[in-house]
Amino acid sequence: MKKDIINVSRRDFLISSGKVGAGFSLGLYLTACSDETGNASKLSNGLTESSVVNQQMAQTPEVNAWVMIQPDDTVIIRIARSEMGQGTLTGLAQLVAEELECDWSKVTTEYPTPGANIKRDNVWGSFSTGGSQGIRGSHDYVRKGGAVARHMLIEAAAEKWGVDITECNAANSIITHVPTARTTTYGQVATAASELFPPEQIELKDPKDWKLIGQPVKRLDTDDKLNGKQIFGADLTMPGMLNASIKACPVFGGKLKSFDDSKVRTMPGVRKVLAVNDDAVAVVADTWWQANTALDKLPVTWDEGTNANVTTASIDKMLDEGLTSSDKVFIGNQNGDVNKALKGAKKIVEATYRYPYQNHATMEPMNATALWTKDKCDVWCPTQNGTAALHAASKAAGLPIEQCDVHKIHLGGGFGRRGSFHDFVEQAVAIAKQLPGTPVKLLWTREEDMAHGHYHPITKCKMVAGLDDQGNLTGLHVRISGQSILAAVNPKWMNNGADTFTFQGMLPEGDHAISYSIPNLLVDHAMRNPPVPPGFWRGVNANQNAIYMESFIDELAHAAGKDPLAFRQKLLQKHPKNLAVLNAVAKKAGWGKPAEKGIYRGLSVFKAFASYVAACAEVSVDDKGQLKIHRIVAATDPGYAVNPQQIEAQVEGSFVFGLSALLYGECTIKGGAVEQSNFHNYPSMLISEMPKVDVIVMPSGGFWGGIGEPTIAVAAPAVLNAIFAATGKRIRQFPLKNVDLRAG
Amino acid sequence: MARINLNGKLVDVDVDGSTPLLWVLREQLGLTGTKYACGIGTCGSCTVHINGEAVRSCLVPLSSLDSSQNITTIEGLSSDNSHPLQLAWKELDVPQCGYCQPGMIMSAAALLNKNPAPSDDDIDANVTNICRCGTFNRVRSGIHLAVDIKKRGGA
Ligand code: FES
Ligand code: FES
Repeated sequence: MKKDIINVSRRDFLISSGKVGAGFSLGLYLTACSDETGNASKLSNGLTESSVVNQQMAQTPEVNAWVMIQPDDTVIIRIARSEMGQGTLTGLAQLVAEELECDWSKVTTEYPTPGANIKRDNVWGSFSTGGSQGIRGSHDYVRKGGAVARHMLIEAAAEKWGVDITECNAANSIITHVPTARTTTYGQVATAASELFPPEQIELKDPKDWKLIGQPVKRLDTDDKLNGKQIFGADLTMPGMLNASIKACPVFGGKLKSFDDSKVRTMPGVRKVLAVNDDAVAVVADTWWQANTALDKLPVTWDEGTNANVTTASIDKMLDEGLTSSDKVFIGNQNGDVNKALKGAKKIVEATYRYPYQNHATMEPMNATALWTKDKCDVWCPTQNGTAALHAASKAAGLPIEQCDVHKIHLGGGFGRRGSFHDFVEQAVAIAKQLPGTPVKLLWTREEDMAHGHYHPITKCKMVAGLDDQGNLTGLHVRISGQSILAAVNPKWMNNGADTFTFQGMLPEGDHAISYSIPNLLVDHAMRNPPVPPGFWRGVNANQNAIYMESFIDELAHAAGKDPLAFRQKLLQKHPKNLAVLNAVAKKAGWGKPAEKGIYRGLSVFKAFASYVAACAEVSVDDKGQLKIHRIVAATDPGYAVNPQQIEAQVEGSFVFGLSALLYGECTIKGGAVEQSNFHNYPSMLISEMPKVDVIVMPSGGFWGGIGEPTIAVAAPAVLNAIFAATGKRIRQFPLKNVDLRAG
Repeated sequence: MARINLNGKLVDVDVDGSTPLLWVLREQLGLTGTKYACGIGTCGSCTVHINGEAVRSCLVPLSSLDSSQNITTIEGLSSDNSHPLQLAWKELDVPQCGYCQPGMIMSAAALLNKNPAPSDDDIDANVTNICRCGTFNRVRSGIHLAVDIKKRGGA
């Protein structure tokens, strides 16, 4: 059916994106920045190029919000979520292309802007990229987007031929009228298709008919990452742009008192020294290096405020109190009568664990570029949530949302740091507001990034369990004491004061359900919120909860004199998917058969972000206490596996992230500030420490689980349990860099 | 004014001699493939070659350079992604976010310059770059594959 008016919202969209440096134009505009000897002057005609690109874009028919097709059959798939390394861009494109029946070799992608999304009534849904939600949170509507576009393209061809649509089909971007074998291509009918109404109903394929979903296709975003052409936020440059470096009060909650810019004002390149909000000072200069050199020399006095006495020890004291308190305690999971069970137990096992603050330490430090005038504000930044970045920009700009937009630039890592928090956007806009009409790029130093994270929260966990005379688990009390993320970040998501995220992996049901059937169970949380800002950190609370639960289950197995695999299997009888991943790693690792001399094994299993994961680690510890992780066998059941080779990459990467945290991840607090400042005192794992990883991807179908985070949960406990097997040492304090691993 | 030999061409740079090569490349010459991540020589994101050796450019002041040293950045490794490492990286889909990858590739390329068939231990000793996304196993496979590609005469 033909629309009688042309697609007005689309025209608005193009007009809005035709402004200086808008989203569409950005790819070409930015990548044209220099040749191999660095002729940066080419940038000066960037603005002209933008308008040329926009004109080309204006001629590309948009079949619907998700799909644009050029006359040469190039398919441009729009991606609302952010690519930060996890492969979601390719996976989401596979989902659309599966239903679209297009030629995969001609697929490219682009990001719509969050501003355009608001103008078009949220047509692209959520821009938020966290909680391993990229694919599992949008698979339905993006596939429908592809299916609807396919229908419209076929309908356009059928109309052109004057035949019934049911006589036509499409594959590989070619539409065929079956009775006459006539063909046309998507590119030839895209304009006509874009003028049709979408069908009211559309059916998605049965998963058994998928051709592209489930295939290990190559990522779409690799080429430019091999030669330096990929532009990250930190690389952004535009005509007339100035650069800023910033320092905020290192003490959490502290304020800027004063600064003396008399010495630095005249340093090379310096344009302005300015207060940013009430807690930071920035230097703006021609180049970032000049800005940062001057900032280093700038005398600043801080009003450190009430947190100046906070230390790791004072925080630990708060948490220790919570381990036995009945004040501000919230229940996350409860069945039976744990007190009675513990009283009647033959044997009581008890242990207390502690997990520290950790920094996201994305490879690319925080940054944003802002251009402010009294009636418009544009921000270019790496963000996991374009919409949240837009709100932050609008607030800082003092302008309504409609007069602002955010242009997403490729992220050099996210890990949760760039999702809920846009402090760097607020700062960039606050700086740009003091330089109207001039684009300013704010780039944090690594030191600033270490000092002003939104840290993985700190918790302690006391576990008390009862065993009967057969060594069966009869009751378990898990008391978590420590910090709530939601209380600081998103109180609206709390449930009568409780933070259910705290219980990830220990909840009665859902995406983060406890793996085991435990009679007489109580999991509760004494909320203790120190003044160090917490945040969602890749894997979130599943990471330490899995360490607590899976280390302690191992302790119980040993206390009961049982094999750790058999002990778990018994508790997993009613949880076939958890059991299946555990059995898969045990089998592949050769559990029960002797390992090579000096090598010891440890297991773990968990459910997180709706996926079932397990790991078996093989380690050795020499007589000097030197740990070597030789191999990890990992299994993942994410329900549907969209791109198995990218799942493998995420599983391997999850071990790097989880094991870096286990080995080195710790931010300590002194004088109300973080003590670590850079990678020399906040190390991350290197290739020499990386074990071989055997990945088993075992999708059982029927649900959509996350990929980017779940495996992190099983990384550390598998290694810890293997260390126990090797040394007899049960480690309950992290990271391992502080622990003597010598046996005995 | 300093004159340096960059990716096979002589280039004049007019900036304070204390400026690290990293920032000369990124801000004076627009070569943003070389990345900043720590600024203290720890992470390797800023790795370039000076006379074929891997060097962390955040620690090299411009004043220490002259036109007798051949500087190669990721942009100068090949003009068309045809270096064996780039071919191998593409084949194995090595990069995740990609931010560390120019430095990773330049470290690996310097290793191959002096050791055309490195062992795993050689890789461990020479590729000491941080990758927070965790691409290490594919990096290792990529280096081995690049050796094969080169042997087959791929590039
Ligand atoms: S930026 Fe030079 S080593 Fe990290
Ligand atoms: S690929 Fe992201 S840091 Fe290495």
